Amino acid sequence: MELTSNKFVKGLLLNRYPQYTVFIVMLAGYIFAILAGLIGTPVGSRNFSIVFVWIAWWAILILVAVPFFGRGWCAVCPIPLPGEWFQRGAVLSPPDKKPKRLNLRWPKALRNIWLQNVSFLLLALFSGVLLTTPNITGIVLAAMLFTAIGLSAIFERRAFCRYLCPVGGFIGLYSQTAPIELRIKDKQVCAACVGKPCYNGNENGYGCPWDVFPGGLTKNTYCGLCMECIRTCPHDNIAINLRPFSADLAKPSTRMDEAFKAFIMLAAAMIYAGVLLGPWGALKDAAYNVGASAWFIYAIIFLAIIFLVLPGLFTLGILKTKSALPLKRRFASLATALIPLGLMFWIAFSLSFVLTNAAYIFASLSDPLGLGWNLFGAANAAWQPMLTSILAPAQTLALVGGLIWSARTAQKAASEIKTSSIPVVAFCFITTLVMLWLLL
Amino acid sequence: MMWLLLGLIALVVAFAPLPAQFVAPQARTFQVDARQFAYSPSELKVNPGDTVTIQLVSTDVVHGLYLDGYDISVQADPGQTATLTFIADKPGSFRFRCNVTCGAMHPFMIGKLTVGTNDWLYRSVGLAVLAAAGSVAYFAFHSHHENTQHATPNT
Repeated sequence: MELTSNKFVKGLLLNRYPQYTVFIVMLAGYIFAILAGLIGTPVGSRNFSIVFVWIAWWAILILVAVPFFGRGWCAVCPIPLPGEWFQRGAVLSPPDKKPKRLNLRWPKALRNIWLQNVSFLLLALFSGVLLTTPNITGIVLAAMLFTAIGLSAIFERRAFCRYLCPVGGFIGLYSQTAPIELRIKDKQVCAACVGKPCYNGNENGYGCPWDVFPGGLTKNTYCGLCMECIRTCPHDNIAINLRPFSADLAKPSTRMDEAFKAFIMLAAAMIYAGVLLGPWGALKDAAYNVGASAWFIYAIIFLAIIFLVLPGLFTLGILKTKSALPLKRRFASLATALIPLGLMFWIAFSLSFVLTNAAYIFASLSDPLGLGWNLFGAANAAWQPMLTSILAPAQTLALVGGLIWSARTAQKAASEIKTSSIPVVAFCFITTLVMLWLLL
Repeated sequence: MMWLLLGLIALVVAFAPLPAQFVAPQARTFQVDARQFAYSPSELKVNPGDTVTIQLVSTDVVHGLYLDGYDISVQADPGQTATLTFIADKPGSFRFRCNVTCGAMHPFMIGKLTVGTNDWLYRSVGLAVLAAAGSVAYFAFHSHHENTQHATPNT
C-alpha cells in the first residue's frame, strides 16, 4: 500500500518545514542532554542525559521506532544536522551556489558496516559506565556530534551515519523487519532518467545523503528515510509503502559484516540481560569497574561470546548440512534468521529495563539537571516500577514470537540457498531458552 | 488448521493448572547484605505460604529492597538492619531491587525471590519447544504440500 499516494502525506514529506521542526526540537534536546550530562547531577537516575537517552529515547527507539518505522529515527536524528549544514552551505533548500568542500569519497575498503560493528562494541564494552554516568554519556553524545561534523567536512554525504554511527548499524539491520519501505515505483523510469537527481541532487533537494541510488533499493538497511529523493525525483517515481513485516528478509544477506552485526546484537542482548538485569553482583562489578582486571576478563568473555561462542555453535550446526554453496556464504545467508530473534531479544530486555525505570522520566522532567528544581511538581515523585505483573508474559510473548519469526525466516533463507533450516532453528531455540532463563 | 491446533496446545501449555505440591508453611528468615550494587545472598527460595522475614543490612550507603509483585519495600541506613516480613502467598519468580538511589549502577541492583517453583519459566520453555517443533513441522508440511501441488500438472 503506497502511503505517498495520499496527498496530505506526500505534501508533508515534500515540504521541508515539518521535518526541520522535528530536527530542531531533537537537536535542542540532544544539546541539552550533552549539557545535562556535563554540568548536571552525577546521579544518573536524576540526570536528564541518562534518563532521557537511555530510558525514554531507548524505549521509543527499540519498542516503537525500529519495529514499526525501521529507520524512522534516522529521518529525524539530529546528529548529522550541524555537519550537513556546513557541508551543504545551507540549512534548508539547496543553495544557488555549491560551497567548496573537500567532499571526498569514503574509502572503498571501509564501505561496509565493520566500523559500525566496532563502534557499537566499544560502547557496549563500556556500557556499565556509559549507561549510568551522566558525564560519560555527555562526552559520548558530544563526541558523536563532533565526529559527524568532522566527517561531513572531509567526506561527501552522511559518512558518519552510513559507516560509523554505532546506533545506525543495528537500526539498519533491524529496519529490514519493519512494515514500511521507500522504493521506486517503476524501474524503467529510473533507467531512462537523465542526470539521476535522486543521487546527484537538483534545485529541489540534495543527492542521497546515504550514498544510495534509490533505483537500486531492494532492502531498508542503508536507506535513512531522509526523503530527499522524494523531493528531487522529477518523475514522481518514489513511494513510501506499507508492506508485511520482515519483507526484506525473504532475500537473505550474503555479507559477513551484516551477519556479524546480527551475532553482535543477539549476543549483546543476552549479555546485558545477564549482567544488568540478573542477580549476580560480581558481573555488575566487573562491567562497571572499567580498567580493573575483572573488567578485562569481562571484556574478553564479552567478545568471545560474540565472535567465538555463538558464531562457533552456529557454524557447527550448519557445517554438515548439504549445500552447493561454500560455508562462508551459507553462514552469511542463514544468519539472516537471527535478525528477528535479535530484535525480539532487545524488546524483551528493554521491556524489563524500561518499565522498571520509567518512573525516573517524570522526576527528571521536573528537575532535569538535578539541581533541586521542581518545574512540573514531580521532582520528588517516588520511584515505582510500572506494569511488573504483565512483564513476564510480555517477555515470553516477545521471545517465543521471535523464535517463530526466526524459524520462518530461517526456512525462507534455507530454501533460497537450498539447504536445511533445522540447525538454524535449533540454534535459535537454544538461545531463546538461555534468554528465557535470564529474564524470567 | 495446523496453526489452530498449535495455538490450542500453546494455550494449554500457558494456562492449564498444574498440580500444586503442598509443603507445610514455615517461618523463614534471611539476612540480606546490601552493598553497592549487589545483594548477598541475591537469590532467595521459599515455599508458598511461608512467612518470610528479610533482615536487610546495609554495609555502605543507604539501600532499599522493593519486591516486585508484592509491592512492598524496606530501607536500611548504613550499618543498620531493617526488617521486612510478609507471607509469600504469590507463587513464581520475583525480582527485588534497590529503591533508594545508591550510586551509578543503582537501577541494576537486583536480586531474585522464587516462591515455590518458577512455573512461568517452565511454561515459557514449553511454549518455546512447541514453537520450534511446530515451526519445523509446519514448514516441512507446507513445503511438502507445495511440492506435491507443483508436481501434479506434470504427472
